[in-house]
Amino acid sequence: MPHDHHDHSHETDGLSPSGHPYQPDQDHKITRWQTMEIAMRELLIEKGIITAAEITATVEQMDRRSPADGAKVVARAWVDPAFKARLLENGTEAIRELGVEPGVLKLIAVENTSAVHNVVVCTLCSCYPRNLLGLPPDWYKQRAYRSRVVKTPRKVLSEFGLELPDSVQVRVHDSTADMRYLVVPQRPDGTDGMDETALADLVSRDAMIGVAVARHL
Amino acid sequence: MGQPQRVRVKDWHPPGHIRAPHYLRGKTGEIERELGPFANPEELAYGHKASRRRLLRVRFTMGELWGAEAENPADILEAEIYEHWLDPINAT
Repeated sequence: MPHDHHDHSHETDGLSPSGHPYQPDQDHKITRWQTMEIAMRELLIEKGIITAAEITATVEQMDRRSPADGAKVVARAWVDPAFKARLLENGTEAIRELGVEPGVLKLIAVENTSAVHNVVVCTLCSCYPRNLLGLPPDWYKQRAYRSRVVKTPRKVLSEFGLELPDSVQVRVHDSTADMRYLVVPQRPDGTDGMDETALADLVSRDAMIGVAVARHL
Repeated sequence: MGQPQRVRVKDWHPPGHIRAPHYLRGKTGEIERELGPFANPEELAYGHKASRRRLLRVRFTMGELWGAEAENPADILEAEIYEHWLDPINAT
C-alpha cells in the first residue's frame, strides 16, 4: 500500500498522502492573443478611453444572459399562431414585440414539426444568438460538433439522446454569415391548459439549438 | 411563382477570411430566401471599407453534399452564401 512508504518523496511518485494520483493543474502559458487582449485592455484603461469598471460591467452583463428570453419567445409562439407566423417571417422584428432588443442580431426562427427537425451549427466559428440564448455551451464551439453535425446529423443527435425516424426530415442550418438561428421546438402534448410562463419552463437551451426536444410533462 | 433559382457555389480557394465553407464549394443547391445586402466580410475582416453584397440562403441536399456517405440523402443543409460566390444554373 502506498500509505506504508513514508521514506520517499511523494512528489516523485505523483501520489497524495492518501495514495491517490494528483490531478495535474490546468495552468498553461497564455497565448499570443491573450497577451494582445491584456495589452489592449490596459492601454484603453491607461488612456482613459474606457474604465476597468465598465469592462467588468459588460462582462457581467454578457454572463447574465440566459436562454430565458429564447424560451419566452418560443412559449409565445406556441400560444399565439399570429405571433408564430410573424416570428417565422421576420424573427428580428417579432422578438421586439416581447421586449427583447435584437441589437445587431438578425434572427431567423425555424419551426420543428412532425415532418421536419431543425438543428443549428456554425461550422466556421461559433455564431450563436446570444441575445436570446446567452453564452453558447462549450460543445457548440468544439470542432467535433461543428464538423460532424453537417455530415452525420442523425448520429450526432442520437448521441444527444434524440433518435429521429426516417420519416422526419433533418434540416441543418449553418450560420455561415450574418444571420442567427432559433429553433422553435414542437409543443409537447398534454400542455393545453398551461400558461406562457409554465410553457417557457419546458423549453431548454438545447431544444432551441435543435439537439433536443421540449421537455414533456 | 417559378421554380427556385438553382446555383452552384464557386470552387474558388483564395487565401484569407472567407465565409463560404470549404465543404460547400462546387456544390449545387437552390436559393431558399434572399437576406438583402450586407457588408462583405472578406473586406471587413481586414479593416477595409466594405462593399455591400447580397446575402442568400442556399438549400442543399445531403445527397448532393456527401454522396453515398449521406445518412439520408433527402435531409437538408442550409447556409448563407454571398452572391459573388454563387453562379446561377439555368434551367434547361
